Amino acid sequence: MEDLTAADIAEILEVSDSFVEVGRRANPKVPSLRGRTVATLFLEDSTRTRMSFETAAKRMSADVLSFAAGSSSIKKGESLRDTIETIEAIGIDAVIVRHASAGVPAQITKWVEHCSVINAGDGWHQHPTQALLDLYTVREAFGGGAKAMERFDGLKVAIVGDIRHSRVARSQIAGYTALGAKVTLVAPATLLPPSLEGWPVEVTHDFDDVLERVDVVSLLRLQAERGSGAFVPTLREYTSGFGLTTSRAARLKEGTLILHPGPMVRGVEIASDVTDLPGALITAQVRNGLAVRMAVLFLMLGQGSRPPVRPDTPGRTNGDDGARGAEPDVSAAGDDGAIDRDGGPMGQQGGEA
Amino acid sequence: MSSQETQRPPIPSTLIVRGGTVLDQMGERRADVLIQDGTIREVAEGLHVPAGATVLDAEGCVVAPGLVDLHVHLREPGREESETVESGSRAAALGGVTAVVAMPNTEPPLDSPEAVRNVQRRATDALCEVAVAGAITVGRHGEKLAPMAELAALGVRLFTDDGSGVQSAGLMRRALEYARGLGVTLAQHCEDATLSGNGAMHEGAWSSRLGLSGQPAAAEEVMVARDIALARDTGARLHFLHLSTARSLDLVRRARADGLPVTAEVAPHHFTLTDGCAAGFDPVFKVNPPLRPLHDVEAVKAGLADGTVDAIATDHAPHAPERKDLPFDEAPPGMLGLETSLALAVSELDLPLARILALMSWQPAAIAGLDPGSGGNQGAPVAAGSLANLCVFDPQATWVVEPRHLASLSRNTPYAGRTLRGRVRHTVFRGEPVVKDGEAQR
Repeated sequence: MEDLTAADIAEILEVSDSFVEVGRRANPKVPSLRGRTVATLFLEDSTRTRMSFETAAKRMSADVLSFAAGSSSIKKGESLRDTIETIEAIGIDAVIVRHASAGVPAQITKWVEHCSVINAGDGWHQHPTQALLDLYTVREAFGGGAKAMERFDGLKVAIVGDIRHSRVARSQIAGYTALGAKVTLVAPATLLPPSLEGWPVEVTHDFDDVLERVDVVSLLRLQAERGSGAFVPTLREYTSGFGLTTSRAARLKEGTLILHPGPMVRGVEIASDVTDLPGALITAQVRNGLAVRMAVLFLMLGQGSRPPVRPDTPGRTNGDDGARGAEPDVSAAGDDGAIDRDGGPMGQQGGEA
Repeated sequence: MSSQETQRPPIPSTLIVRGGTVLDQMGERRADVLIQDGTIREVAEGLHVPAGATVLDAEGCVVAPGLVDLHVHLREPGREESETVESGSRAAALGGVTAVVAMPNTEPPLDSPEAVRNVQRRATDALCEVAVAGAITVGRHGEKLAPMAELAALGVRLFTDDGSGVQSAGLMRRALEYARGLGVTLAQHCEDATLSGNGAMHEGAWSSRLGLSGQPAAAEEVMVARDIALARDTGARLHFLHLSTARSLDLVRRARADGLPVTAEVAPHHFTLTDGCAAGFDPVFKVNPPLRPLHDVEAVKAGLADGTVDAIATDHAPHAPERKDLPFDEAPPGMLGLETSLALAVSELDLPLARILALMSWQPAAIAGLDPGSGGNQGAPVAAGSLANLCVFDPQATWVVEPRHLASLSRNTPYAGRTLRGRVRHTVFRGEPVVKDGEAQR
């Protein structure tokens, strides 16, 4: 995520627009990745992100293989490296990796020759697609398109909670600051990274102090064990200092956006009532996650093709591929029973996952 | 290897090292070195070559006392796929090392006379002297003292639970008292486990950015400070293994100024690499203590220059690829060191060669109890009457580190592809040319 420029991010979000549009169709399946094979290698439990990626790939007509920690040969003692080399030898085009250890996607990238590697979250390090879908969701709330992108410049974003152990926060900081936003980290000192040297952020331990000034409040989950004396004395003490309670939410200025990457711990970092506020975009985040992941897969694997439609970029030419993509290949969808084609926002499906 | 082992070449009865510059604690002079039956007979310029003598060409080379490495993991018994006494001693010989101190964190650990005798037996045929270090506590569990007197009776002079520090201050104090009575030295791996946790690298800007758990410099420093207080309290000799931070060295500097009998070593990777090396998540850069930021690296160099540090020791820690090539936080810490340490010191330290040799030969020999003053033969001046343990190296020759060409059974060198200056040409161990023209002879 740290390598993405503002232009890169803008491109990914524009491509995502096309796939949001696809998601609204009665048949939301397109042939963009037909003939491509994508593997998910999730060696840390994650239903939400895996379902989102697998659905994204299937909606683009890719073949999807799923390796999970419990069932894979890794359990039989095969090394990660051998597993990856096997995956590549099978001829898979991209592997989507989730791992509890920071850096595994970077290591895998060095082991493979042809296969693309997509980081679906590594340890406390990075979770790029989560940050991208957050940016997409904020941009959508601002009305979408290039005009909305301009509003990131100088936007005041508070990232609140367990930043120390958060891959989401590290990707969010890189993403928001690349677009010109001003990020403030809000956390008790024990939940901040040990060193913030070189981080383009401000820091406060007083959530109340920033409430009335911020445009976006992005909350992070607090794992229960970290609030039981190891990092914070009690969950109650955490909530009273850093939870987005109803009374704190009432002090936010009008139009402040509230994001949470999920899974939420209601009553700890966010009050249940707050999730129903108009500014709370948590469901939209999940829905947009699918389109953003489709865009990432498309940009990495759909080489030579164009996204199915580019509603916000009339200046760009739609090549033949784009024209073809605009007419989803219904026959391709027929071989994939796993996809719910009832229409409706994909986010709901992903959200249930 | 085994066939080479059985066909051990006969040790030449007469050996002459010709055309080099002898450099030892007595100074520097151009001289040939004549060795007969393992012992140096004559050191003088333009010596006559006796008939039948084996000649080692030392033109352009420094002829020095063999190097002594205080900190080597030979992995035998227990991890013979990573290293053995034989392969590790070969790597040592190629690095100009004629004596290593073998760390006791083997499987099982060297905490009993049987375990120590076992390694000593395996070492009888090694390509260098292998001085076995014993564990301070049974099983290295930090709970009760190992039978140090029994181990000392087998020749053990250095005791350590290396791999971890003795966590209990109370037990460490007893160990120091007991060691003083035996006339042996304790060597501490300074790491407070409650602070280091499972930190995979130095805690700081890089660990924060990479999302890796870190261990703070304080994890090392609090134990250095604690043990200095205990050394003061007990009057026992104490050696600090692989110090890596500026403040650790400051603490030692002050303790020495107070006259305490403490010594310290540093590892080559701590004066050549920084924590930023972890940026690519390559576990070859994972080591304990971890690589530190630049200001610590500079402090290590300063400590070497001003005499605070007594020895350069490699902490040679081989790991077979299948054990090391893991996610960074799961990989075991440790790096190879034996075959690159002299070259790294020559390439990277702005120190006179005589100072480098003091740090790598006679000073560590004295700490290990292997020097002539302790009844040993290591780190002795290159002079008639000494047993011939020599390191002959070309301080100007450059070479590229190729993991596949290393004699170690493992490949985990962080210097792969790096061009270094200073190459060992010959190593003479007890009169035997175990390395000749850069090639191990067995």
